[in-house]
Amino acid sequence: MISAGKKSTMELLREEVESLLRIDRLPHVWCPGCGIGITLNAFLRALIRAKIDPNKTVVVSGIGCTGRAAGYVNMDSFHTTHGRAIPFAVGIKFARPELNVVVFSGDGDLFAIGGNHFVNAARRNHDILVIAVNNFTYGMTGGQHGPTTPTGAYTTTTPYGNPDRPFNIPHLAISLGAPYVARWTTYHLMQLQNSIYTALHRKGFRVIEVISQCPTVYGRRNEMKSPLEMMEYFRKFSVRKDDATFDEMELTYNGRIVVGVFRDVQGIPTYEERYNDIIRRAQK
Amino acid sequence: MKPGYYFWSGDIAAAEGAIFAGCRFYAGYPITPSSEIAERMALRLPQVGGKFIEMEDEIGSIAAIIGASWTGEKVMTATSGPGISLMNENIGLAAMTEVPIVIVNAMRGAPSTGLPTLVGQGDLMQAKWGSHGSYEIISLYPDSVQETFDLMVDAFNYAEKYRVPVLFLIDGMLAHMYEKIYVPPEDAVERIERKRPTKPPGEQLIYEPDEDLIPPMPRIGEGYKIHASGLTHNEKGYPELTPQAQERLIRRLNDKIRKHAEEIWKVEEYRTDNADVIVVAMGSNARAVRTAVDEARKEGIKAGLLRPITIWPFPYKYIEKYAVDYIVAEINYGQIYHKVKEYASGNVELLPKMGGELHTPQEILHALRRYKK
Amino acid sequence: MRIEIKFGGLGGQGIITAGYITAKAAAIYDGKESAFTQDYSAEARGGASTSEVVISDEKINYPQVLHADYLIVMSQSAYNDYLYKLKKGGVLIIEEDLVKPDERAKDFKVYGIPATRFAEEIGNPIVANIVMLGFFTAVTGVVSKEAMWKSIEERIPKRFLEMNQKAFLKGYDYGQKILQESS
Repeated sequence: MISAGKKSTMELLREEVESLLRIDRLPHVWCPGCGIGITLNAFLRALIRAKIDPNKTVVVSGIGCTGRAAGYVNMDSFHTTHGRAIPFAVGIKFARPELNVVVFSGDGDLFAIGGNHFVNAARRNHDILVIAVNNFTYGMTGGQHGPTTPTGAYTTTTPYGNPDRPFNIPHLAISLGAPYVARWTTYHLMQLQNSIYTALHRKGFRVIEVISQCPTVYGRRNEMKSPLEMMEYFRKFSVRKDDATFDEMELTYNGRIVVGVFRDVQGIPTYEERYNDIIRRAQK
Repeated sequence: MKPGYYFWSGDIAAAEGAIFAGCRFYAGYPITPSSEIAERMALRLPQVGGKFIEMEDEIGSIAAIIGASWTGEKVMTATSGPGISLMNENIGLAAMTEVPIVIVNAMRGAPSTGLPTLVGQGDLMQAKWGSHGSYEIISLYPDSVQETFDLMVDAFNYAEKYRVPVLFLIDGMLAHMYEKIYVPPEDAVERIERKRPTKPPGEQLIYEPDEDLIPPMPRIGEGYKIHASGLTHNEKGYPELTPQAQERLIRRLNDKIRKHAEEIWKVEEYRTDNADVIVVAMGSNARAVRTAVDEARKEGIKAGLLRPITIWPFPYKYIEKYAVDYIVAEINYGQIYHKVKEYASGNVELLPKMGGELHTPQEILHALRRYKK
Repeated sequence: MRIEIKFGGLGGQGIITAGYITAKAAAIYDGKESAFTQDYSAEARGGASTSEVVISDEKINYPQVLHADYLIVMSQSAYNDYLYKLKKGGVLIIEEDLVKPDERAKDFKVYGIPATRFAEEIGNPIVANIVMLGFFTAVTGVVSKEAMWKSIEERIPKRFLEMNQKAFLKGYDYGQKILQESS
C-alpha cells in the first residue's frame, strides 16, 4: 500500500521520463502498438539512469516515423532532412565535443538514403550514439520495402514478395570498426535499456539496432496482423548470442532474430580526439 | 593573418576572408575549381582553433555545417555547381529553420560536369531557386581577389544578422587567378553576431520573431530545448501542418529579407551618369566591361557599367533608376537578363557566352558601338 | 601601362611557377598591380603548360593575355601554339636548344638562351625555369632584379635556394651579356 501524498518509485520515474518529453506535443503520430515509443521510452530511461544532463544532450532525427522522435524529446532536438541525421549530428559533435549526441532514426533513413553517411561516419569513428529503429519498412509513406526488408516479405512495392536482400546492420557496423554494436527487439525492454545505458558510457560510433514492429503497414501484410502477434514473433524467434557470426546475424523472412551485444571494445580514438591532435600540431 | 599585402587566388582569399570574418567551422567535399578553399581551410582552421572536416559528399557537408551552426559557430562550405545541386535540399532546410551558413559556389561551365576548370555563370538562378519552395536567400558575387576577401565579411554578417543561407558566388576565373590583396587589421571591420535570446530558457519561444521579423537564436547546450524541424512550424518550433501556419511562416521567411533588401544591396555603378547604354555584368566578367566602357566613352558612346554585387535579393531599383538601353553580358544563355528585362524601361539585349571564357573588352566594345548616337 | 606576358612549355618545366613568381614579384615587391592565371585546359593537351601574367600601374581589368608583349616559350609546341598571341614587335624569348623559330619570328625581337643546358651545368635541369626568369629579368626589365629574386626566395624551399640563386644569376648575367652584345 502506498500512502497518499507519497509517490512510488514508479511514479517518480514516470514523472522523470515525462520531464524529458514535450508533453504539450502529445498525442504523438505513431500508430497504436508501434514499437518506436517503446524504444524512445527505453532511451529516456537509460538517459535518466546514466544521469546524463539532458541540457547537454542533443537528439537528431531524419525523416520518417522514427524521424519524428526528435519532435517529442524535451531536449535540444533536430528533425532534419531525409537521410542526413548523421552528418548533421557530426557537425554538432565535432563543433562541440562536450555534447552528448544521439541520432535516433529509422532504417530507411539511416541505411538507404543515408547509407553513405552511416558508413563514413562509422569509419571515422565519430563519437555519436546511433539508435536505429528497424521496422522492416517505410512506414510513413505507406509500407514500401526498404533496405532492411527481409527477402520474400510483402510490402506495397513488393506485391509478389521482396526480391531484394536486406542489410545485415550489425555486420555492416562491425566491418566499419564501430566500437559498440548491439541488436535488440522491442520485446527485450530491459536488455535494450541496459544496452543504451552501457552505450551512453562508451565512446565512438555506437550502433544499437532495435527490431521494431510496424503492425499497421508491415505486419498485416506478413502474417502478423496485430502488434501482439509481432511481439510474439520477437519473443519466440529471438535468440541471444553475443558471439554470433555474421551469417547468424542475418535476418530472414519471419525467421530467427539473433540479438545481443556483438561488439563492445574501448579505447579506439574517436575522430574528435584525433582532431585535437591535429589542432595541437597546427598550433606548434 | 598579419595585416599587409599578399598574393592570393580567389579561392585562398575566400578561405582567408571567411576566417577573418570569424568562420571557425568548415565541412566540405573537394570539387574543381573550389578545392583550394578546402585545402586552405584544412591548413588554417586548426591554427586558429577552428575545425575542418572533409565529408563523404556535399550533402553531408552542408548537413554538418547546419548542425555546427546551431552550436553558435560561424560556418562555411564551398563547392561548385554539381555540389550545389546536391546541397539544395539542405539549403532549403537552412532557409526553413533559419540557420546562418555561408556556401561558396565557384561557378564553372555547366550543366552537369560541363567545364570543370573553366569559368561559367550558369548558377545565378540556381542560387535563388535551387531548393523547392518559396524562400529567400542572399547571394553575393565579387569581381576580384580583394573583393572576395572583403565581401566574405559581409557574407557572414548577412548570414548572422538575417539568419539565412548566403550563397557566395565566385567563378572559375576568380577562383584560380592570383592578385595582390590587402589584409586589413583585425579590428578594421565590423563583425555581426546572430541575435541571442534575451529571455531565459522556458520563456523563450525558439521561433518568436522580433519586430525585424528575425527570431533570436539560442545555441545547443544552453538549456533552451531547441526544436527545429524542416516541417512547417509555429513559433515554438513545433510542426504545425496547416495553411495558416504555412502562410505565417513562409511570408515571414521571405519578408525578413525583402524588407531589408536595400540594406543588403551592393552595386557598382561605373560611369553610369548620363549614360545612354549600360552593360550589366557580374563577377570576373565585369572586369572587361570597365575597359570597354572607357574605350566606348573615348569614341563618344555614352556607356556605363552596372555591376550587381548583391545578386539576390536582386537590386532591381538600380535597373529602374536608369532610363537607358541595357546590355546584359553573362556567361550563360540568359539568366540575369530576364531580371533586368523585368525592371528596365528601355531595350534589353543579351550578350551571352556559353562558358569557358570571359567576354573580352573587344566583344563588349563591339556590342556598345551599336548604341552610338 | 598594361604589360602582358605569356609563358609556355611542357608540364614539369615550371611554367606555372615562373608565371606565379613573375606576377608576385611585380605586385608585392615592385608595388604594381598584377594578375596571374593559368590555362588549365592546356593540361588536357598532352602535357602542354601555359601561364599568363598581366602587370600594370593601375587596377587590372581583363585579367588574361589578349595581345602579349612578351612570350617566353620553352618547347616547340608552345612556340607553335602561342606565337599568334604575341603582338607585332613584341619580345620573343626562347629556350634555344628546344625551340627552333621559323620565319614568322622576324616580326619580333627574339632572345634565346640554352636555359636547360645551363640548369644541368648548375646541377639540376629542374631550375631551367629560374634560369629563364633571370634571363627574362635582364633582357626585359619588366620586373626589377631585386623583386624577382625576392619572389623566387619566397617560393622555393630553403634547401634549394643556393642552386636557384646560381640559376637566377646565370640567366641574368647571360641576359646582360646578350644585351651588351646586341647594343
